[in-house]
Amino acid sequence: MVTKTDRIVDGALYVFLGLFALSTLFPLYFVVVMSITPYTEVLRNGGFVIWPSSVTLEAYEQILASARIPDALRITLIVTIVATTINLIVTTLLAYPLSKKSTPGRNGILLAIIFTMLFNGGLIPTYMVIRELGLYNTIWAMIIPGTVSTFNFLIMKTYFEGLPQEIEEAARIDGCGEIATLWRIVLPLSAPILATIGLFYGVGHWNEYFKGIMYVSDKDLAPIQVVLRNMIQTPSVSQELSLNASKVAQLPPETIKMATVTVAIMPIVLVYPFLQKYFTKGVMIGAIKG
Amino acid sequence: MNQTLAQTKQPAAPLKSAARRKSFASLYRGRWMILMMIPGLLYYLLFHYLPMAGILIAFQDYNLMKGIWKSPWVGFEHFRTMFQSPDFPQIMKNTLLISIYRMIFNMIPDMLLALLLNEIRSKWFKKVVQSITYGPHFLSWIIVYGIVFSFFAPGAGLITTLFREWGWGELNLLTDPDYFRSLLVVSDLWKNVGFGAIIYLAALGSINPELYEAAAVDGAGRWRKMWNITLPGIRSVFVLLLILRMGSILDAGFDQVYIFLNARVFGVGDIIDTWVFRQGLEQLNFSIAAATGVFKSLIGLIFILGANKIAKKVGGSGIW
Repeated sequence: MVTKTDRIVDGALYVFLGLFALSTLFPLYFVVVMSITPYTEVLRNGGFVIWPSSVTLEAYEQILASARIPDALRITLIVTIVATTINLIVTTLLAYPLSKKSTPGRNGILLAIIFTMLFNGGLIPTYMVIRELGLYNTIWAMIIPGTVSTFNFLIMKTYFEGLPQEIEEAARIDGCGEIATLWRIVLPLSAPILATIGLFYGVGHWNEYFKGIMYVSDKDLAPIQVVLRNMIQTPSVSQELSLNASKVAQLPPETIKMATVTVAIMPIVLVYPFLQKYFTKGVMIGAIKG
Repeated sequence: MNQTLAQTKQPAAPLKSAARRKSFASLYRGRWMILMMIPGLLYYLLFHYLPMAGILIAFQDYNLMKGIWKSPWVGFEHFRTMFQSPDFPQIMKNTLLISIYRMIFNMIPDMLLALLLNEIRSKWFKKVVQSITYGPHFLSWIIVYGIVFSFFAPGAGLITTLFREWGWGELNLLTDPDYFRSLLVVSDLWKNVGFGAIIYLAALGSINPELYEAAAVDGAGRWRKMWNITLPGIRSVFVLLLILRMGSILDAGFDQVYIFLNARVFGVGDIIDTWVFRQGLEQLNFSIAAATGVFKSLIGLIFILGANKIAKKVGGSGIW
């Protein structure tokens, strides 16, 4: 019983959503175009180009030749890898016992963890704790303070609760201790959730800039997001990057800025297909149970 | 469930020592589980509960040299200073306005997008639109600012240039106080609408399809079905998200605002968190900054508890 108005409404929906998706993509496309358009073409077109007739990678050569960007990328990469590893280990070790009703003190601990979602000490006391612990101005200041995300913890706990108990019980009867059960039985069954949570954590670390401005003042430890921010906000890029000024003069600062934005987006785009595969499920579990 | 619990508990009550022996036994049996939790618990203790104790400095004249043990106590003096500060009404107003704008212009579009996607029958189209629209959620605010910059940069941005070409004059959106809040809300929309829609889509997916079939048999059209089946189906999710939003009403989004903020738009864009950041870390007024932080956390807690209570009273279910 499909009426004519129904068909018109359907058509309008497809058009609207299609345009909506395109307008979501366009800004990203435009950033990339801006980063590869030669200056001569920018000038010829009075400022901007939607479809460049020729392409140059000069801006990328420049930022990779600078000292700042490769250093910042290295710092961020180290933080992302080390922190994600720690995240996965600690979150698993916390979520597994708390997924079992028999663990002593379970309810109290869960309550205490969930309470931190409702109330926190605030910016300044946290900052002071970081200082007191001697983490200030070390790379660890960008790693340790984000060891467990309560949201990810809840997703993981819910996943463990949903695993079939019979297999674990069988392992127990065969003489496996808790740690052996976790390692040999539970973890192999948990690959999808480990991937999801690992990606969540990893993307979070790659995008992290708050810890970079709060807990680190040493310029050599600045992560890519902090360098990017300083770059976008200064009119002269060459100073920020300590680039060769005569070479930079051939490129507008916007081109270099957008090339850096593109570099910072790239890893996210690369992991996005994987992220997408798992995360809808992850969000749903977290949303329903958390 | 409650009854069985009560039944198992009752016989244990008179035998206290037996109960104690039992709890030691369960501690011993759970020793590996407890050991496993230690790193995680230590994390929560150090980075969540220790800072809560650090709230004490809000009641002190905290001095970095003297530390928390030797700094003099001043009671509520910093709270008084904060409330009387000329900045206070300004940052309160900015925080509340930005927060409420976000509530309206993010929650409703999230839901609308989900409702529209729900009407789409072609599976691949739905999937493609979804995958594209929730992508930006995973980009950092710095990158979003970079994109905003590519559009509105004075002189070279896409929209700025278009304005000049069309003879509409120079556009300086990034430093224009009239558009700052809109800029925040619109870029937030671009970044998060697809992600926000997911949770509604999940709720929509759990609606029993038989309801729609039955409604169709009864001759209900698209709008009737949406009004009588779809909307009630996502009501509880909407309420839940609203409660959570209420809890963070004084969180106008430090991550985004700090990056977008510049001297020209302080009057409309300076929020509690950015103010605390400057007071504490730039001017080293730790105590005032901490006092403001405490005020903010407390209001948040009161709002979330209150909203939860109201939600329960009005007939829905709260978060807990």
